[in-house]
Amino acid sequence: MTYFAGIDVGSLSTEAVIIDEDATMLGYSIQETGADPVRAATEALREALSLVGVSREQLHHVVATGYGRINIPFADRKITEISCHAMGAHHLFPDTGTVIDIGGQDSKVIRINAEGRVLDFTMNDKCAAGTGRFLEVMAGTFGVPVQELGELSLKAQKEIPISSVCTVFAESEVISLIAQNRPREQIIRGLHRAVVSRVWGMAQSVGIEGAVTMSGGVAKNRGIVALFEENLGHSIHIHSEPQIIGALGAALLARGEIHQK
Amino acid sequence: MKDLGAPLLFRIMEKRKKKRLREPNPFMGPPLKCAGRLRQIMTRHYYLSRFAKGARPVAWVTSGAPVEILRVFGFYTIYPENHGALCGAQKMGPELCAEAEKKGYHSDLCSYARIDLGHAFSGKTPAGRLPRPDLLFASNNICQTVLYWYKQLSHQWDIPLITFDTPYNFQEIRSGDIHFMVRQFEEMVPELEKISGRKYSHKRFQKIIRIAAETSRTWGQVLAAMKHRPAPMTIFDAFVHLAPVVSLRGLPVALEYYRVLLNELNERIEEGIGAVREEKKRLMWDNIAVWFKLRDWSHLFAERGVNFVAATYTNAWAETIHHLTEESPFESMAKAYSLIILNNNLSHRLKLMEKMIRDYQVDGLVILSLRSCKPYSVGQYDLKRLLMERLGIKSLIIESDMTDFRTYSEEQARTRIEAFLEGLGV
Repeated sequence: MTYFAGIDVGSLSTEAVIIDEDATMLGYSIQETGADPVRAATEALREALSLVGVSREQLHHVVATGYGRINIPFADRKITEISCHAMGAHHLFPDTGTVIDIGGQDSKVIRINAEGRVLDFTMNDKCAAGTGRFLEVMAGTFGVPVQELGELSLKAQKEIPISSVCTVFAESEVISLIAQNRPREQIIRGLHRAVVSRVWGMAQSVGIEGAVTMSGGVAKNRGIVALFEENLGHSIHIHSEPQIIGALGAALLARGEIHQK
Repeated sequence: MKDLGAPLLFRIMEKRKKKRLREPNPFMGPPLKCAGRLRQIMTRHYYLSRFAKGARPVAWVTSGAPVEILRVFGFYTIYPENHGALCGAQKMGPELCAEAEKKGYHSDLCSYARIDLGHAFSGKTPAGRLPRPDLLFASNNICQTVLYWYKQLSHQWDIPLITFDTPYNFQEIRSGDIHFMVRQFEEMVPELEKISGRKYSHKRFQKIIRIAAETSRTWGQVLAAMKHRPAPMTIFDAFVHLAPVVSLRGLPVALEYYRVLLNELNERIEEGIGAVREEKKRLMWDNIAVWFKLRDWSHLFAERGVNFVAATYTNAWAETIHHLTEESPFESMAKAYSLIILNNNLSHRLKLMEKMIRDYQVDGLVILSLRSCKPYSVGQYDLKRLLMERLGIKSLIIESDMTDFRTYSEEQARTRIEAFLEGLGV
């Protein structure tokens, strides 16, 4: 049996996925990237391999993706996270026409064809609005874990609009709202709306077609997903571990490369 | 001032240059032989400009202005936009922009304007020294910003500003528009006579018009050489070789240069020499060049066997100026300069891009969205969508400034470019 690995070195987290030659996902690992991407990648791969019970030598091909992809010494090839998310989402949900990925540092909307290849894409530019980092900063402002933000936003009956899309200015806006004793849930829902409308605007520019799959850590936030679904008018595919879709895609592309040869 | 001025000095400068020859890139074809000649022409132009003051009237001119009229009066012309590009390529953009920002100019203002104003305030330039102008000559056919920018210079140095106002072409250019523009030329002539101290000569004007039209036509042939597979040059070369048709148009030196370049390109076509060794995909560029990334990007694309073979930007000096005729110099000038791409409507631009994509067998389109140049960047998302619908062509939008790299984010741009290339299958 031969195996393939995909490693997605993102700004906040690093994921490794192992698949076999039938493209079945055997296991994965998620690590914090921290200050040393190579160490995080090595650790993620080591953990994933030991979970699956596969040795490093049995890995036929490794593809690295994400912002840290350049410096991963054991990667056979580097492929951008855009192609990887497209392939991963297509594999999990074959009817996917559009992928919305919201990661730590950037958000992207990718339109894909029936084979999981990229047709068009757009990304946020030089601005943290509409990213996981935005939500992280805001969670810090409220002193709540980022994982709980989504639930809190769903509790709100109303929402308080946040006018600034800038992470820095939105934070001061939120602080002033907190000082005015405005309900926390309503402010949080407003923040969620700000993220969604930002990414929604990007989605409009490439066009949304087919079923929508969300990837990236922010897809775990039910508040964000609910607002997207409200805009779309139908439900979105969410995998139980949306963070690993990039690494899965990388593993699939590693396997595809060998099969092409 | 003779075309071949200060030969000794230039020989010395050339020698100094040769020491810094870089390693050839294994993915690219041999460099163009006449690149040295180009460098010599442009260096000489800037070098001699230091001594122009007093010997010749000096004018600062916008890139889309009908410079031919100034040549009749012997103006030595400086192009602040070309100087801006030079500053950009020398990575001096942020430093000069900051000089303008210190005086209160906003960072959203065109970086060519900020560089030029920054130079005017501080005197900093990679060109040694630029001559203070006797005349400022601006046309709003490229943007409105130039009017305010040149007004500022006019105010600061108390020198005359002549503007050439071109009505925007919404659908077609009307006879009233032509009349309006020709009247402006007629009004300019006595002013230019006064400033330069020289008399208008129709014969001289006709000769200049003839040379300018021929230069534009030859530049068009230079660009058309890239229709061949493999293309004998890249658009990154063309961005650099564009300088003479922009800033020396109407002078014999520019025309002579393009004839030499065209010969070299034809030789390369005959011998099958490509600018990129293994040309797999061909791209088109939309908007001004990113001057500080020319070298990096030409390598990045060449490594993947991708060549840029066309650009709406370089095409702008081949599109209309060759229509100048000596029989009706003023009318033809009015037409040629009001129909340039930035003064023309979006459906024209769409048709032009469609035609270029077909003619140059382009596989993908890279669109630069440039906050500095609003007239060029507006409508790009619609153009992208329409071209994708009509031709199924893949395209990428990247954001950067052309000179001020403080607004450029390397990792994000690189990821976008790589993802786009992956989508093209290279």
